[in-house]
Amino acid sequence: MSSKEHKIGEIIAEHHRREGPLLPILHDVQEEFGCVDTESEAIIAKGLNLSRADVHGVVSFYHDYSPTADPRPVVQICRAEACKARGVEQIIDAAKAAAGERVAIKTVYCLGLCSAGPAARVGDDLHIRLDNQSVSKLIENA
Amino acid sequence: MTIIKISDDALARAGGADALASAFEKKGFEVHRTSSWGMHWLEPLVEINGIGWGPVTLSRVDEIADGGADDICVGPIAAHPFITGQTRLTFARAGKTRPLSLEDYEASGGWSGLTRARQIGAERIVEEVTASGLRGRGGAGFPTGIKWKTVLGAPGPKKYIVCNADEGDSGTFADRMAMEGDPFALIEGMAIAGEAVGADQGYIYLRSEYPDAIRKLNAALKLCADIIAPFKCEVRVGAGAYVCGEETSLLNSLEGKRGEVRAKPPLPALEGFLGRPTVVNNVLSLAAVPHILMQGGAASYAERGMGRSKGTMPIQLAGNIKHGGLYEVAFGITLGELVNDIGGGTASGRPVKAVQVGGPLGAYIHPDQFDIPFDYEAFTAADALIGHAGVTVFDDTADMGEMAHFAMEFCSAESCGKCTPCRIGAVRGQEIIERIRSGGRKRDGVEMTPQIHNAPKNEGRSAAEEIGLLTDLCETMKFGSLCALGGFTPYPVMSALRNWPEDFVGDPAAIANALDAAK
Repeated sequence: MSSKEHKIGEIIAEHHRREGPLLPILHDVQEEFGCVDTESEAIIAKGLNLSRADVHGVVSFYHDYSPTADPRPVVQICRAEACKARGVEQIIDAAKAAAGERVAIKTVYCLGLCSAGPAARVGDDLHIRLDNQSVSKLIENA
Repeated sequence: MTIIKISDDALARAGGADALASAFEKKGFEVHRTSSWGMHWLEPLVEINGIGWGPVTLSRVDEIADGGADDICVGPIAAHPFITGQTRLTFARAGKTRPLSLEDYEASGGWSGLTRARQIGAERIVEEVTASGLRGRGGAGFPTGIKWKTVLGAPGPKKYIVCNADEGDSGTFADRMAMEGDPFALIEGMAIAGEAVGADQGYIYLRSEYPDAIRKLNAALKLCADIIAPFKCEVRVGAGAYVCGEETSLLNSLEGKRGEVRAKPPLPALEGFLGRPTVVNNVLSLAAVPHILMQGGAASYAERGMGRSKGTMPIQLAGNIKHGGLYEVAFGITLGELVNDIGGGTASGRPVKAVQVGGPLGAYIHPDQFDIPFDYEAFTAADALIGHAGVTVFDDTADMGEMAHFAMEFCSAESCGKCTPCRIGAVRGQEIIERIRSGGRKRDGVEMTPQIHNAPKNEGRSAAEEIGLLTDLCETMKFGSLCALGGFTPYPVMSALRNWPEDFVGDPAAIANALDAAK
């Protein structure tokens, strides 16, 4: 048994008694390996007695799960209406320039900080009232 | 020792509240991390003996400790006009208590609703919730009491309470503030719902974009497990799908499936989570329940509001607004009062161009319509919706053509894919809006070849003809979609087109004519 199989087995064991265990399991696998790849899908399918298609269908539906790991740090920038009203589109170019190839900039629709945007999230840290300068600084430190 | 109150709400923390708290602690103060007052333009707000300073930066800590920094002092917070104008029932504890302190919660009347609910029994709980006139705060405005009655009457040994905390609408944050600022109130509301319908298991489906709320609710559930027992409750974290805020798709997601919408009937009240009778309520609906179940609470709730919209609504002032934040008030207040008087106009100081009420699926309202009162029926009559009561303000630099395009883009990104009007309509909608903005569609080379004999050999479609197409598409989406995502996306699109035709084409009169012709 590979170490991956072992680890995913532990995750399944932790959650399988829950009603509807698949999402909690996928969250933990994504967290552990940075992705839910086809190998993981197969192990989870076997563990929960589902078909691989069932598991793949769920993994591909949700934005939070990715099929391949991206080792780069991620900065999520909110580009929904309220942040647009506060000028997020004017700082995107600066954000992209600061990120280059080193940081992955991802779009998120709403962090619930709509009265103080533009807002961004790095890990569990949130940032508000961003402008060209502060967003660049945030990305450089990511 | 002087107690300093600094909020530990996610917005205050994003503004640097944690660093401020440790700076004050280093100076020897006792710092209490409370919930947020909801005056977001002042966050991080520092409160000493009822007097507030905000927004505070680290460099001002010394001055405030010495009682100075008059330029950012707002005086007594409880007397601030933003606070005195409100009727806070659901957010009664906002700014005052520590979210995870059971002591604070009990001292401010916590658990009294649940205690009374246990005494009066299921039938009377449902009666009181019905009498209060509480309507679902998630957007549809369905009477909560009637939903509970259906679940109470549904046969089945196992029933569930599911809290919809998938607050994905842009411009809304009341659920987040309620969960972070007063988690026990939500849990108490769920436990009361459990008493009312005979359910002993609750789930809170919480979006992954709210890390602070996830952490706090998990902590709160641990602390109060004995109090709510035999009722049990668990937080389930979403995975970034906007459509999971729709109740049937949320249930599928909770079961570990793709978050696809289910056709109704069967209603979730009869066949919900795992096919069993399930109450699905929004955070704000459930958090309003402990107040209603207190002695005389239902009557006092029903006295407020207008028409069939009873009680208070936590309204969220967001976007380009000077005084943004949470404003809980009885129904009936006009949009103009909210935006201009309470919100103070735009943050940029430019004129207000448009206001979107109800999140990404809400209509864009023109300042000419600012006399609409906040009331479910009045909004419906004006072809708009209250939704989750998020009010997003745009100044005159906003390009409404772009916003209409974004509405379609958002729908196509977030569509669950189950029904065709939404899945394909949203993509076609984007294309049509692009063509309207570039003056229509010319016939391409292939169409002009003799082989494609059924393609008309003419100039192609004009922008006006494209508008006819868009109107037609929006009708199809509105009436043909399974849920509100596809069904309501036409609202922002068509309202933007109707109110700001100049943002779409050079000749706005052509749009007016095309819209009339399409009617």
